[in-house]
Amino acid sequence: MGKTNSRDRIKNEINAGSMADIAFLLLIFFLVTTTIAEDRGVLVKLPPWSNEPPETQMMNTRNVYSVLVNADNQLLVRGEPVDIKDLRDNTKVFIMNPRKLPNMAEKPTKAIISLKNDRGTEYATYLQVYNELKAAYNELRDEEAEKTHGIKFEFLDADQRKAIRAKIPLVISEAEPTNFGEEN
Amino acid sequence: MSKFSKKRSKAEPEVSTASLPDIIFMLLFFFMVVTVLRDSDKKVKVVTPNASELTKLTKKSLVNYIYIGRPTDAFKATYGTKPRMQLGDKIADMSDIPLFLEKHKAKLAENEKEQITSSLRIDGSVTMGIVSDVKLALRKANQLKINYSAKPPVK
Repeated sequence: MGKTNSRDRIKNEINAGSMADIAFLLLIFFLVTTTIAEDRGVLVKLPPWSNEPPETQMMNTRNVYSVLVNADNQLLVRGEPVDIKDLRDNTKVFIMNPRKLPNMAEKPTKAIISLKNDRGTEYATYLQVYNELKAAYNELRDEEAEKTHGIKFEFLDADQRKAIRAKIPLVISEAEPTNFGEEN
Repeated sequence: MSKFSKKRSKAEPEVSTASLPDIIFMLLFFFMVVTVLRDSDKKVKVVTPNASELTKLTKKSLVNYIYIGRPTDAFKATYGTKPRMQLGDKIADMSDIPLFLEKHKAKLAENEKEQITSSLRIDGSVTMGIVSDVKLALRKANQLKINYSAKPPVK
């Protein structure tokens, strides 16, 4: 009996002060390990598949910008070797044809980029080339938007975007890859 | 004056910290629920290349993931060293693509089905042969919106 009396005298409570510390520790752990995964990439629309071979369309060669990438990751643009650093600017000049040269696109709506790679081309190179071509179009659209509306393309509303897209349509046609250098 | 000061000195002015753990636990549970641990463990090694013209994929439920890369060290014995494709959490062949897409489609509402994007997470060192095969299989399965997953450029 005397024992219980002495127990009653001591405050019988767990110290909850350190609970916060423990919880904080766990909280910080989860804060650090959380990766709100964000997926970004180059968006591409593939052409629909059909069993019949596509109709061969005759294009005026001045409107076609052929880009070939071989198994050694080298670029051949319109028959001439080109460095990837120059691809974006060259493409922009081809599409807009500011000096109205007879060997470049008649107008942006008629320009077609034809991209062809080998099965042995490295994916990183392919994506880089695709990225440069897309960048050329994006830059041209930005320039057009600045000229007509004074702001960048991404800040325009849907209708204005549509108008500029119609003016400078992105046409990248991909041919069936060649197979000279596939090695894995 | 004296009356007030007397009353104050008697009271113990201490903020109770008893509810602090509860608040912290609430935050903890929030983060535990929000945290998404890597959904599928990778059997292939993927280091995506860098690109500048990036689009964000916002709605995660509308995206399916296709990984292409060389098998990691642990799986080299079973799958070899050639680049392979991973669907979900297992190594698959081109013929498995239509079923994989169909399974993902079945989870979605009718009006969302055109918005499905395939996110291709491809290792930079892989050659285009296998990538072309996957692209062809996707075209045949009428999955035309694809996204080459890439990292933002290093400055």
